[in-house]
Amino acid sequence: MVSLSDRDRTLAAARAACARVVDPEIPTLSIADLGVLRDVRLGADGVIEVDITPTYSGCPAMRAIALDIEAAIEAAGLGRPRVSLVLTPAWTTDWITPAGREALRRAGIAPPTPGAGRRALFGADELVPCPRCGATDTEKLSEFGSTACKALWRCRACREPFDYFKCH
Amino acid sequence: MTTIAVAETPLTLGLLRLADTALVHSHRLSEWCGHAPMLEEDLALANIALDLLGQARALYTHAAAVEGAGRTEDDLAYRRDAPQFRNVLMAELPRGDFAFTILRGFLLAAHALPFWQATAGSRDATLAAIAAKAEKEAAYHVRHCGEWVIRLGDGTGESRRRMLEALDTLWPYTGELFEVDDADRAVIADGILPDPAVVRAPWDATIDRVFAEAGLDRPAEGWMQSGGRWGRHTEHLGHLLAVMQHLPRAYPDATW
Repeated sequence: MVSLSDRDRTLAAARAACARVVDPEIPTLSIADLGVLRDVRLGADGVIEVDITPTYSGCPAMRAIALDIEAAIEAAGLGRPRVSLVLTPAWTTDWITPAGREALRRAGIAPPTPGAGRRALFGADELVPCPRCGATDTEKLSEFGSTACKALWRCRACREPFDYFKCH
Repeated sequence: MTTIAVAETPLTLGLLRLADTALVHSHRLSEWCGHAPMLEEDLALANIALDLLGQARALYTHAAAVEGAGRTEDDLAYRRDAPQFRNVLMAELPRGDFAFTILRGFLLAAHALPFWQATAGSRDATLAAIAAKAEKEAAYHVRHCGEWVIRLGDGTGESRRRMLEALDTLWPYTGELFEVDDADRAVIADGILPDPAVVRAPWDATIDRVFAEAGLDRPAEGWMQSGGRWGRHTEHLGHLLAVMQHLPRAYPDATW
């Protein structure tokens, strides 16, 4: 019979292992700070259960993230976990933590404007400060960038191109 | 290839119609990968294709769960032949030129956006969750394709000529987006999928607004193409599936 404190210790170790998993496309950002890690719990049969949610429907990183979680949990000596993909509630950029936003900025990726909501279908672009120099004199080069979740922008002040984590 | 026959209830049929349209359109867009007129556009079309592929995967997975016969998303995508596909015909037409691709993307996304918005309130919780994600992606697709429709329609003589040609070809395929049969009526009555009538007004508004800026006249409502949603397809779908399903057809046991 597993005591309650053993379960707590196992769960804490599983959470710590998951917290070390990073986004394969933004390796400075943990999946916890990205808001992709939804839940870590201990199943009735003693198996660790992990819920993750995709940023975009077609996010090709989900498979890699699930494998990384399995590897991290197994490396912690906690056996093979069950990793499930959950869709509700839908991920929005508001799920990114303040630490995650700072990690994005340090990686040269402009974080999404929190709580900005969706702009009108057509019309002016949102104001995106340059992640390198902080200038707001920036322009959008392409709505679609290096990954499904990013757009390509350029700073007119420091002339550097940068990725912008699309707000939605 | 051993093909499968999905037990078509109003719900599985409704889900297959959505999934097949997303998958087939995604495949057509992916044909541009490496061929788009500029790098940014190459990325954009591949990104949109990826969004649609993700939506299709979630919808197939849900359809398989609802059917309850132990099938997977791969079975539904790879082990059905053209007569079993339920996508709207517009999605399967050959990729055409850039104007054609952009206009098709715009017409479908302008429908998808209000459709998913309404479906986010579905009584089917999984479908509502899929819709909540798809809606945000559709908004990007409308914006991207809409801005190109304006630029091409109101652009050079050549870009305008091509856009007008695309409009002529594609318009008769828009009717299928708003068709309703008995299966549709059943899931609409259950509050699972929205009534196309709800989607019509916002679709009209988006089309009219973009066409006005692009200097395009909306074609008169005439005879409309139909059949894809019942498995009666153009000759193009079989060729598309031959390419898309090549690997599982050649290696039925392959997994990835």
